[in-house]
Formats: sequence, structure tokens, C-alpha cells
Amino acid sequence: MIITCPYCGPRDLSEFAYQGDGNRKRPDQASTNQKAWNAYVYDRLNPAGEHNEIWQHAGGCRRHLAVTRNTLTHAISKVAFAAAAGPKRSAARRKQGKAG
Amino acid sequence: MVDQLSPLEPVLRTGRHGHLADGVGVRLAETQPGSIVQLAAWPGEEKALIRTIKQVTGLALPDGAGGGACGNGKAAFGFAPGRFMVIGEDENIAGVFAGKLSQKTGTVTDLSHGRTGIRVSGARAEWVLAKLFAIDFALPAFPVGSGLSTVHHDIFAQIQRSGADQFDVYVFRSFARAFWHTLRLASEEVGYEVR
Ligand SMILES: [Zn+2]
Repeated sequence: MIITCPYCGPRDLSEFAYQGDGNRKRPDQASTNQKAWNAYVYDRLNPAGEHNEIWQHAGGCRRHLAVTRNTLTHAISKVAFAAAAGPKRSAARRKQGKAG
Repeated sequence: MVDQLSPLEPVLRTGRHGHLADGVGVRLAETQPGSIVQLAAWPGEEKALIRTIKQVTGLALPDGAGGGACGNGKAAFGFAPGRFMVIGEDENIAGVFAGKLSQKTGTVTDLSHGRTGIRVSGARAEWVLAKLFAIDFALPAFPVGSGLSTVHHDIFAQIQRSGADQFDVYVFRSFARAFWHTLRLASEEVGYEVR
């Protein structure tokens, strides 16, 4: 499997580290919503097909990437820097100035 | 100047080795520059950092991923978004950058004692390195001056092409001896000269 890093270009799978499901939505740090935290930790779509994933180019530029990979074929249809593609921090956390 | 202590010193055997029937395929050497420095730009400050690199080293880095240049005993290249390596004979490059680089632009980290530079040159340099790294070392894909970041198993490496048949590989100092051992084994079939 080859992932085309937006900076480094096409690189072998051995240079990348899987960082998990890209569909998870992390609840606000101050949240006590049990359902939301349970979903964040345990709920996974587990699709047979296109899947949003986070990979780190650990053996390269070390940036985190948002990758769309087909779990049946390993075909990769989309790669972007996770920082650009990821969900925005909530307004509450921005105001407190906490690091993301 | 204080003598540099090389991590390769106990294993460095100068001379010609390996399969030499067709001559020396690659030359291996430790570059021992005075400085190895890493620069990182804050978001949106990459162009300003490239200008500072030009100001300090005289090297104009081309725009784009992995863009680099070398000459006059200095070298610089990008290896990640907003991140650059600067290498030179001057022992105080980090100090000069610390004075010239605005805090709003980015940071400078002196890695002179943390990295070891190994030069692989000669007609079979591409061939030998391609056995170790999953990288296209052909000249059109990896032009002179440009650099990249990659890995050989657990050994991180930043590589700059400093000539048509010459590559400078920077590895963690603590891994240098292990990498040197691997490099010598990879070079054996083409014949190699250590100096
Ligand atoms: Zn990368």
C-alpha cells in the first residue's frame, strides 16, 4: 500500500503509523456527557468500503494526515493534512486558549 | 578548533573493500560539518524563514516541498512543511540564526551533536541507497539540492542530493554506527571506498 503524502509524495506504508478512525468526534474536554464519551471511545462504523482514517507520516514529515481508504481494496481516494481537514475546536475551548 | 569525536571512529576502516572487480562503486565518508541546525516556521511564516535562510547562508531555496540548495560549504533543504535543515562548516550557524530569526517567524534548534552526516557518492550511489530506502533516487524525481525525510526501519534519515551522484544522509548520532554497518553491507556488492 502506498500513501501519497501532500508534502513528501508517494511513500511506502512502512513509513506511516495508523492513528485511528477519522470519524470520531471528541467531546469538549469539560463535558460530562457519558453517551458522547462512550461513542468517542467505543463506537466505530467498521465499513466494508470507504473509510475516513488518520495516519501519521511518522517516517517522513511526521505530519498527521486525513486519509480516505477503501477497506476492501486498500485503494486510497483522498489524502489531506489532518490539521486542514479536521474538525474545528469549539468556540468555548478557543476562548479559554487551551491547546488542541 | 576542538576535535570532533565521531560515533563511527571505532568502526571506520578507511580503504577499499568489497567486490572491486569492476572498480569502486561508491565512496562512503563522514562529512563532519561544523553545524547541523533545524529551523521551523510558525504557521504562515515559511516564506519569511526562507528569506532568513538566504540572508544567513546565501542559499536561495526554491519554493515547494523538499526544495534545497548547496554550495560554498553550506547546504539547506526543506524536509517537512515549514521545517528546514541547514548544514555548514561554520560552528556557530545556530547562534547566527538565533540572532537573525525573529521570534514571530520561527525557531532554531542546534542538532550539531545530535546528527551524523554520511556522504554516499559514486556511480552506484543511487543503487545502494535504493536498497535501504523506499525512495525514488533517480535524478528527475530527486533533483540536485533537494532533500527529504525518510526512514530505514527505525532509523530516521534526512537525505539531501548534493550532486548528480552524491547524497548526504543525516541520521541520529546514536544510530550512526548501526546505519554505517548496514550501509557497508549494502555497498559490498558494488565495491566501496571509505575515507
Ligand atoms: Zn510526509
